[in-house]
Amino acid sequence: MSIKNLGNKTLGRIKVVVFMLALLPLFKLCAGAYRDELGANPIEKISHITGYWTLTFLLITLTPTPLRQLSGWLWPVRLRRMLGLFAFFYGCLHVLTYLVLDQFFDWQDILKDIVKRPYITVGFPAFLLMIPLAVTSTDNMIRRLGGKYWRMLHTLIYPSAIGGVVHYWWLVKKDLTNPIIFAALLGVLLSIRVVYRLRSIRLFAV
Amino acid sequence: MKPYKIPAIPASEITPKHLFDARRKFMQTAGAASLAALLPQALWAASLGDLKKSPYSTAEELTSLKAVTSYNNFYEFGTSKDDPAERAGTLKTRPWTVSVEGEAHKPKVFDIDDILKMAPLEERIYRLRCVEAWSMVVPWVGFPLAELLKRVEPTGNAKYVEFVSLHDPAQMPGQKYPVLDWPYREGLRMDEAMHPLTLLTLGLYGEVLPKQNGAPVRVVMPWKYGFKSAKSIVSIRLLETQPTTSWMKAGPNEYGFYANVNPEVDHPRWSQAKERRIGEFLKRKTLMFNGYADEVAPLYAGMDLQKYF
Repeated sequence: MSIKNLGNKTLGRIKVVVFMLALLPLFKLCAGAYRDELGANPIEKISHITGYWTLTFLLITLTPTPLRQLSGWLWPVRLRRMLGLFAFFYGCLHVLTYLVLDQFFDWQDILKDIVKRPYITVGFPAFLLMIPLAVTSTDNMIRRLGGKYWRMLHTLIYPSAIGGVVHYWWLVKKDLTNPIIFAALLGVLLSIRVVYRLRSIRLFAV
Repeated sequence: MKPYKIPAIPASEITPKHLFDARRKFMQTAGAASLAALLPQALWAASLGDLKKSPYSTAEELTSLKAVTSYNNFYEFGTSKDDPAERAGTLKTRPWTVSVEGEAHKPKVFDIDDILKMAPLEERIYRLRCVEAWSMVVPWVGFPLAELLKRVEPTGNAKYVEFVSLHDPAQMPGQKYPVLDWPYREGLRMDEAMHPLTLLTLGLYGEVLPKQNGAPVRVVMPWKYGFKSAKSIVSIRLLETQPTTSWMKAGPNEYGFYANVNPEVDHPRWSQAKERRIGEFLKRKTLMFNGYADEVAPLYAGMDLQKYF
C-alpha cells in the first residue's frame, strides 16, 4: 500500500468521509430552510446553491483522471463513481427546484423557457446527458456494456460539464467572477487530458 | 397592446379587513423588531415624523421591512443580494450635497438637510418590479422630483435628466471592481422626470432611507425596472441630449434607456411576462407599466415600445 494506491480498508474509510462531506451542502441548505435563513427569495437561493454544487461535483468528478496522469495516484479514480452520482444528485435537486418551486409545473412556461431562454436551452440538455451516466453507473451495467462502450458513453460528461458552465455564464446578469472560475477550472481539467492524449498518440507514432 | 382589463377577484380570494390589518400590523412589528435587533441604534433611529398619505399609494400588502432591507441590488456594495445590507455601513450620508446643474437658469448645490425640508414628505406605497422578474411593495417616503427641479428653473434646452451616484471606492467597496462603468449613471426624459409619480425618495417605512436602499437620497419610478431608480445621488444634470446610462453601456441589447416594465418585451435572456412577488410562492402576471399605465401610458403615445425598450 502506498499513497498512490490505497488498500481497500483505507479506501472504504475515505469513501465514508467523502460521502458525509458531499451531503454537507444539502444539510446546510435544509438547516437554513428550517431556520428561515434563506433570505427574502428562498427559491432563488435554493436554485443557486443546488446549481453551484452540481457544477462543483462535476468538476470534482473530472479531477481523478488528470490527477492520475500528473501524479500517478490511482485511488481517487475509485471515488469517481460516487462523486459523479453526487453531481447527478445535486443536478436532480436543481432541476426539481426549477420545475416544482420556481415554475410549479407550469409546463407551458417551462417549454417556452427551454426554447427561448438560452441558459435553459443549454442547461436542460446538460442535465439530461447526466441521466444515462447515472443509469449505467452500476458494476452490472459496466459488464453488460463492455468497458469500451461504457467509456465511450461516459465521455458524455464532457458536453454535460461544458453545458453546465455555459448555463451559469449565460444566466449571470453582470458579475462573471464565479462563472469564469468554473470555466477556468474546467479548462485546466480538460486540457491536461488533451495534452496526455496527444502525447500518447505521438509515442505510438514514434 | 391589448386594452387593460380590471381583473375580477373572487370573493373567496379577498382577505377580511380585520385579518388583513392584523397581518399587516404583525408584519410591521415583526419587521421593525428584527431590524432593530440587526442594526445599531444610531443607524436606525431617525423617524421622518408625520407623513402625508399619497393618493398614488397602492393598497397591496407590504413587503416586510426585513426583505426590503436585506434583499437589494446595489452593486456599489457587491453583486450579491445580501452584500448591501452587510457592507453598506461604510457609506457616510452626512455631510451630503446634491448638485443640480446643466441646462438650468439657477443651478444650485443643495444640502441634504435642506432637501429633507424642501417639500411636505409623503408616504407612497409603490410596487417595485426588478428587471430580474421579482417584485416588492415598498412604502417609500419622499416628494415629487419635480419639486426639486422647479427650483433650479430648467432652460428650454433641458430635454433629459441624468442622475449620478456617489463614486468613492473607499465608501463603496464594490466600486473596486469594474462590474459597471462607475459612477452609476441613470437618466430620464424631462417629462418623465417631471411626472408626479417620479419620487425623490428620502425614506421608507416612515424612517430615513437605510444605506442599503440608497441613502441618503434616491429616485423611484414605479413604472420602470428597479435599476432605473438611481441611489445615493450626488448630482442631477439637466441635458439637451439623451445620456448613456451605466446599464446601457454594460449591455446595449439588454438594457435600454426607457426600461419601462413591459410584459410583452422580454429581456433577451428571460421572459418578463411574470414575476415573483417576494414572500409569495406562485408567480403573478406582470402588468403593463407595472400597473401604472393609467398614469404614464400617455408619455409614450405613438412610440414603438419594442424599439424603445
